[in-house]
Amino acid sequence: MTTASPPVLDGELDQIFEYCNSLRQAPVPADDQLPEGFVGTIGHFPVYFPEELAHSVGLLPVNILGGGNKLELKLADAHMGSFICSICRSTTEMGLNGSLKMLKGFVTHPICDAAKHLGGIWARNFPDQLGQILYTPQNPNSPGAARYVAAEFQRLRSDMEKQAGVKSDDERLRNSIRVYNKNRRLLRELYRIRAEEPWKVSCTESYLLLRARTRISCEEHNVLLEHALAGIKARKASPQDKPRVVFVGGFCEQPPLEMLEAIDDNCYVVDDDLLVGLRWIVEDVPETGDPVWALAESFIDRSDASPVQHDERKPKEKYLLDMVAKSKAEAVIVTAAKFCEPGLDEQVAWSKHLDEVHVPHLVLEFEEKMNSFEQMAMQLETFAESLLFTTA
Amino acid sequence: MTTQTTAPTEEFNGHLEGQKLFKKWYSDLETGRERGEKVANVFVMGNAIEILRCFDFNLVFPEINALQTGVRKVSEDYLRDSEDYGYSPDVCSYVKADVGLILREQKHPAGLIPKADIAIMSNMCATFIKWGEIWERMLNTPTFSLDLPGQRAGNWKVRPGDAQHIADAQWIESQFRDLIDRCEKITGKRFDIDRLAEVEDRVNRMVKHWNNVMALNRVSPAPYNAMLDGLTYIGIMNVYRGTEEGVEYMRRLEESLRAKVARGEGRVPNERFRLLFSGTPCYVSMRRLVELFETWGGVFAYSDYLTFAAGGMDAGEMEYDTSRPLESLAEVTALAAHRGLSNQFFAHERLAQQIRDYDVDGIVFHGIKSCRFVSSGMADTRNFLTNEMSVPSLYIESDLIDPRYWSDAQIKNRVDAFFESLKQRGGSAITAGKEAATTTQETQA
Repeated sequence: MTTASPPVLDGELDQIFEYCNSLRQAPVPADDQLPEGFVGTIGHFPVYFPEELAHSVGLLPVNILGGGNKLELKLADAHMGSFICSICRSTTEMGLNGSLKMLKGFVTHPICDAAKHLGGIWARNFPDQLGQILYTPQNPNSPGAARYVAAEFQRLRSDMEKQAGVKSDDERLRNSIRVYNKNRRLLRELYRIRAEEPWKVSCTESYLLLRARTRISCEEHNVLLEHALAGIKARKASPQDKPRVVFVGGFCEQPPLEMLEAIDDNCYVVDDDLLVGLRWIVEDVPETGDPVWALAESFIDRSDASPVQHDERKPKEKYLLDMVAKSKAEAVIVTAAKFCEPGLDEQVAWSKHLDEVHVPHLVLEFEEKMNSFEQMAMQLETFAESLLFTTA
Repeated sequence: MTTQTTAPTEEFNGHLEGQKLFKKWYSDLETGRERGEKVANVFVMGNAIEILRCFDFNLVFPEINALQTGVRKVSEDYLRDSEDYGYSPDVCSYVKADVGLILREQKHPAGLIPKADIAIMSNMCATFIKWGEIWERMLNTPTFSLDLPGQRAGNWKVRPGDAQHIADAQWIESQFRDLIDRCEKITGKRFDIDRLAEVEDRVNRMVKHWNNVMALNRVSPAPYNAMLDGLTYIGIMNVYRGTEEGVEYMRRLEESLRAKVARGEGRVPNERFRLLFSGTPCYVSMRRLVELFETWGGVFAYSDYLTFAAGGMDAGEMEYDTSRPLESLAEVTALAAHRGLSNQFFAHERLAQQIRDYDVDGIVFHGIKSCRFVSSGMADTRNFLTNEMSVPSLYIESDLIDPRYWSDAQIKNRVDAFFESLKQRGGSAITAGKEAATTTQETQA
């Protein structure tokens, strides 16, 4: 795959963020707009998708993150009940209104039952696309888990090869792993700055930078990140009197940008789980040996945590407190998307535990389609003031 | 017309015999702890009961505990306790009833529910996993997450012995071996493979009878109502799976239903409409709901609930090879996950088949706001079947056990309108005397 520089890299940091924001709202790229080496696009639902597999067969992985707060649902209401989360409903709407028709396929995951039902909705409505559930395991702890994941990844790889008409080989896949390893290093650097010098890059800016990978190739994203990180490091900014917080609840349905901006107005978000699937592998994937095995083993042993992945090694309370400790946060914003059962379950457990260990927290519910933020902004302001008052 | 049972008193009464077995089960649960018996929490979809029986675990079914609060009309109290604790109205009401049970220190209308020494939660319903995590937190229960690979795509056919089936079964077998290690540590007992074979033999016999019971309802008039009588039957299929009592119950049930069919007796005296029920029951008002349909001469001949909530064991080729018990357990479990459980996400395929097999006049979809497993794809499935098969359908909405979501007048209006439209379409004439289904299997005594 060739590296095409995004058009704004000679400009200011603000222009880069503006470009990223335009990508956030951009449609799925048409096949004739793809960088050299790509023959099509494959959509994937949150949380984790092994993008390297798609990359190695010339399919641009496009993370389908719902319709945000600009999409009006006209068709999905007849296909999904009003009690289903917004991201599943708006993804269905995008399928039905033709916004995703250029995809070669759509892969969903067993993160929740509504997400799994998208597999059936795709089978019934878009039979020409490769519509699949990638059965990543909810038991990564028993012996044989990596072997099973490797078989599942290999199955998906073969199916995507057929769909793309491109034969992958291990060297191509290793090359994809190398490209994504570089991306992982750059993203770790971005999050390091967030934790150590949060006044240099806001949560919203960081989110936009990360999310850009859902519409451009990883090679382009690497160039984008390198330029952005250089700009961020050179930024002249002074710390402000804001509390340091961890944000959780953004692992699947995405909070509106305005909500993140309201949080940034009042707090430094020093760590978060926004789009955690794009950062799921937390270390470099081995670049030698069997590349499918390397990805599978990394999914099991070099991975992050989320409310939709059961892992005995990562109790939910423990990993949240680890996030708090590592980022030196003093409080947590515990959010859940409306109608998101895993998120709502976790919200109760987390808030109870934070009470027990005396970590201040604010509980918020959001929906991707929400467009009124005054009340939330007031809650955030009050929360931040109470934290500052307590620690003063 | 009412929902009264038509069986002669001297005949085996599946409902009453089932109730007796349920009472015994709850009683054993309450006294088991005093006898030092270990307890396992399991779900109805994807469990490892065959292994757990080898270690003499008493089985607690939290879903059955939850639905029983609905049947006994006390569910709202448990739900409100859970909501006061912090759980959203959008969370599964079974989960909330169970949290209410924990908050009431396991006091259930059927007795004191013992705390589990291990909980097995499969991924067949995503909520099971989150539910297990609640036990981890609130009760310090050790859990085992049983990952069952499911149907990956539409028209996904897995046959015993094909490469995909073998790969999935190997993964499941690996987990079973891990589970056995854990059970040995918890109970201090050694795993006995011969006992597993014995349990499997009993499951095999139960399943054969069960398949025949299911097939008997392909006859018109249908001898039982899948969404009333059938609920008791699948309760026994779950709670007594792998026991002699379970085998005997299913044998006698099949025998009594065969006799009924031979006499030409139906559940509904003048069966006019054969219906398929898709979704989960509303246990607080199920008798009332069935009454609304039976008043019109409508009977639920089949429900997908009887398939997925009984472990998918009627979905074909679910027979253990007792000469290789553990491998076979993994293979059948993989097959059941594909064909009987996770295919709920591609529900149109199973329903299309059952519409034909049970010769139904219409489908009733029951949407449950808090049950994404059955409800998320329901409207789309309904659209698809309407377009592809022109089968009339009705969509109603309430809840598993939350009486606040039951609106009697609204549901009655919809049911009445549905039957009016069926009548206008020509409706089914009163039918009788169809040959008993030839698909029933030879049964072992």
